[in-house]
Amino acid sequence: MSPALQSDVLVIGGGLFGTFTGLFLARAGLRVTLLEKGQIGAQASATNFGNLRLHGRSARQYPLSIRAQELWENYGSLTGEDCEIDRTGHLYFAGGERGETQLRKDVETATRFGVESQLLEGALLRERFGFLSDRIRLAAFSPRSAVANPRLSTPPVARAMVRAGGTVIEGCEMAGFDVTSGGFAVTSTDGRRFEAPKLVNAAGAWSGALAEKAGEPVPMFSAGPPQFVTEPLPHRLHPSVHMVEGDVIVRQIPRGNIIFSGYPRTHSLPSGAFTHVPPAKTLRGMRELAQCIPMLARAEVIRVWSGVEGYLPDMLPVIGPSTTMPGLFHAFGGSGGGFQIAPAVGQCLAALVRGEASPVDISSYGIDRFTERSEVSEKIHLEFDQ
Amino acid sequence: MQTDTRIVIVGAGPAGLAAARTLVEAGLRPIVLEESPLAGGQGTRRLSPMTAPHRPALFGASAEAIARREDAEDAVLQQCDFRTGTLAWACHDNRLELLGPDGFDSLTYTHLVIAVGATDRLMPMPGWTLPGVFTLGGAQVALKRHASFIGQKVVFAGSSPLLYLAAAQYLRLGHRDLTVLDTTPASGKARAFPAMLRHEPRTALQGLSLIAELRRGGVTLRSGVRLDRIEGDSRVQRLRYTTARGRDMTAEADAVALGHGLRAETQLAELAGATFAFDPDFRQWFPRTDDMGRAGERLWLAGDSARIGGADAADAAGRLAAQSLLESLGRAADARQVQRNTRRLRKQHGFQRAMTDAFRWPAKQAASLADDVLICRCERVTAGEIRAALDTPSGPIEVNRVKSITRCGMGRCQGRFCGPALGEIVASATGEPPGRLRTQAPIRPIPLVFDAGPIAAEGEDT
Repeated sequence: MSPALQSDVLVIGGGLFGTFTGLFLARAGLRVTLLEKGQIGAQASATNFGNLRLHGRSARQYPLSIRAQELWENYGSLTGEDCEIDRTGHLYFAGGERGETQLRKDVETATRFGVESQLLEGALLRERFGFLSDRIRLAAFSPRSAVANPRLSTPPVARAMVRAGGTVIEGCEMAGFDVTSGGFAVTSTDGRRFEAPKLVNAAGAWSGALAEKAGEPVPMFSAGPPQFVTEPLPHRLHPSVHMVEGDVIVRQIPRGNIIFSGYPRTHSLPSGAFTHVPPAKTLRGMRELAQCIPMLARAEVIRVWSGVEGYLPDMLPVIGPSTTMPGLFHAFGGSGGGFQIAPAVGQCLAALVRGEASPVDISSYGIDRFTERSEVSEKIHLEFDQ
Repeated sequence: MQTDTRIVIVGAGPAGLAAARTLVEAGLRPIVLEESPLAGGQGTRRLSPMTAPHRPALFGASAEAIARREDAEDAVLQQCDFRTGTLAWACHDNRLELLGPDGFDSLTYTHLVIAVGATDRLMPMPGWTLPGVFTLGGAQVALKRHASFIGQKVVFAGSSPLLYLAAAQYLRLGHRDLTVLDTTPASGKARAFPAMLRHEPRTALQGLSLIAELRRGGVTLRSGVRLDRIEGDSRVQRLRYTTARGRDMTAEADAVALGHGLRAETQLAELAGATFAFDPDFRQWFPRTDDMGRAGERLWLAGDSARIGGADAADAAGRLAAQSLLESLGRAADARQVQRNTRRLRKQHGFQRAMTDAFRWPAKQAASLADDVLICRCERVTAGEIRAALDTPSGPIEVNRVKSITRCGMGRCQGRFCGPALGEIVASATGEPPGRLRTQAPIRPIPLVFDAGPIAAEGEDT
């Protein structure tokens, strides 16, 4: 048997959480090896909608989210590459009364954390965003929010990590791990061995198994939203647009295509390999979109897609140290909001792994929160197939 | 018919019609969905009223037999719930999603037969996106549906039996400036001919008589050529090629029809749950079926969309699929019919397999395509961009990731036309067999709102 590859830190999972953690660790001079079962950035990190949305987040998440936006704004200097980041701004609108109440509350929360979110109604709303249907009465605009192309965003982070001295191994699936005197010994399904004193579990929707082996199971489940894309059209829709009730999430990408996401999300297949897009949801989304933005009624849908995303019952990720195994750290379960926070998750986790304080308080994301209390977000009832 | 049985056949070409006929003969009334306005299929496409007067010229001695066959097909369709202009754009949970003349609808089935045929398989070349370049199928559609030629000086190029058939049809309707450029050398055809003759002597000999007819008609025929580039200022003006002996030649042309054999239309089968296997002779992925075309508990596949075989094979496969479906309903299959059609199908498939040598898919050519050649027409992605992505560290290593990074195959046609070439470019870089782009709905672009009314003049629709 060949000797095990030695590192300071092993990262399991080549999505945005894993690669950003690896990048910050490598830049700090640690020998970090990242194992990815398939290809870099090919799952939820690539299939999500690509919003870098600052307002309308859970109050707990603002500090992390603001830190992340700063990092996204410096993506070019961090990675040396581009991933179609565009500061389009983000426009929330209310589809009905429930949404209007929610929207006013969200604007208040954003303002409290210093995030600009402008409430718009009446003539001002018509004048600035005339593409919205006349029946929409209230909206909120966040000028600092942006978008990025999720398909292109992870590989540059992995390449930057390698340039900083890290190692990325694709097509390497973890079969299991042992705790040794020196830390962790990981074996891959094809028999390769890796050893390191520290282990990071960033395996996305597949992280639950590792957490369970560490004796701290989490109530994570996999799901994905019904999404579709139209043919390319002339550029008419600049901000990313989002019905606060979640039925219509839409933006126009640089190529000109309109991309759409909406709720309810669909549960992934039990194998975890795939999430279907039920055609009834596509048809419903098409109708809703045409009602909210009538100029798109003639657009033609060319493809649907979804993704396998990890969700936790309180709709917040798990970020932080293991409570059962010293040296093990978790970062997974983006719960539909993982894309935007990813760079900050990597930065905070890298600090913890190195034994330093996290630059942002992430204590509320601990893995032990499911044993202490079992908070269930109301979103679980509103945004998923029941 | 049991009230809880609903049989749906998608596609009214030779395979779908044969399946419908077998089911009607068994006293059933299937629903038959056809995307185009007419039954008949592609290779056996019906003539539009505009073209009908040319029937005797086009079909010659076969005209009467073809008319009889079409009448018989119509008689069968009268016994079915036949819906033209109806696209099945998705399939999920034993339900088809439809877009028809009256808008969106869905249709739950207990038994599904998919027989949606094939399209031309294309190998891109410099200039292939110029106006005036068609597929071989497109050249036939122009003729049979619109009574039009695609140009005054037409080159049929690639490697496919359809090169000769399409050229002959043009000749019969009076076209007098035709060139056929076949990229497979005559030696390849000579090698394949004995096997073709063994499997299907009649069809093999028909091929020879077609070539003789083209020669008599003064059609320029070249084989073993290398297609170099199509040139023109704003549309096709000429095609440059190199002969088997290495001479540079130019064919003046105002239209080019390209094709390198056929490519199975497999998207609907995939959405209906079929799995796939790579066929190294055809160098494409076909859905897995049993010998009678069954691909799942409620799913049967027949004709070119299951496996390239041509119209006769499609007819046999359609009958077999229907027999298998009847068996699943607890009806005894007609053992003699099954035996006969299994034999027919085997012969046809053997013939088609031999033909893959006579009309070769130029797989290796993908590796030598210049970097600036467009591979994906919809998204304007070049061979060079695909190669650059493959060369990038942590970059893609298989077609679906290449698509994700480069947009190749991400446009309106969803990789149906660029997919085979993309597969070969990736294969040439990785040394693996070409991969397969995964399918998602819709099968064709569908509008957000059915019949959203007239388009407002610019500036009025804000």
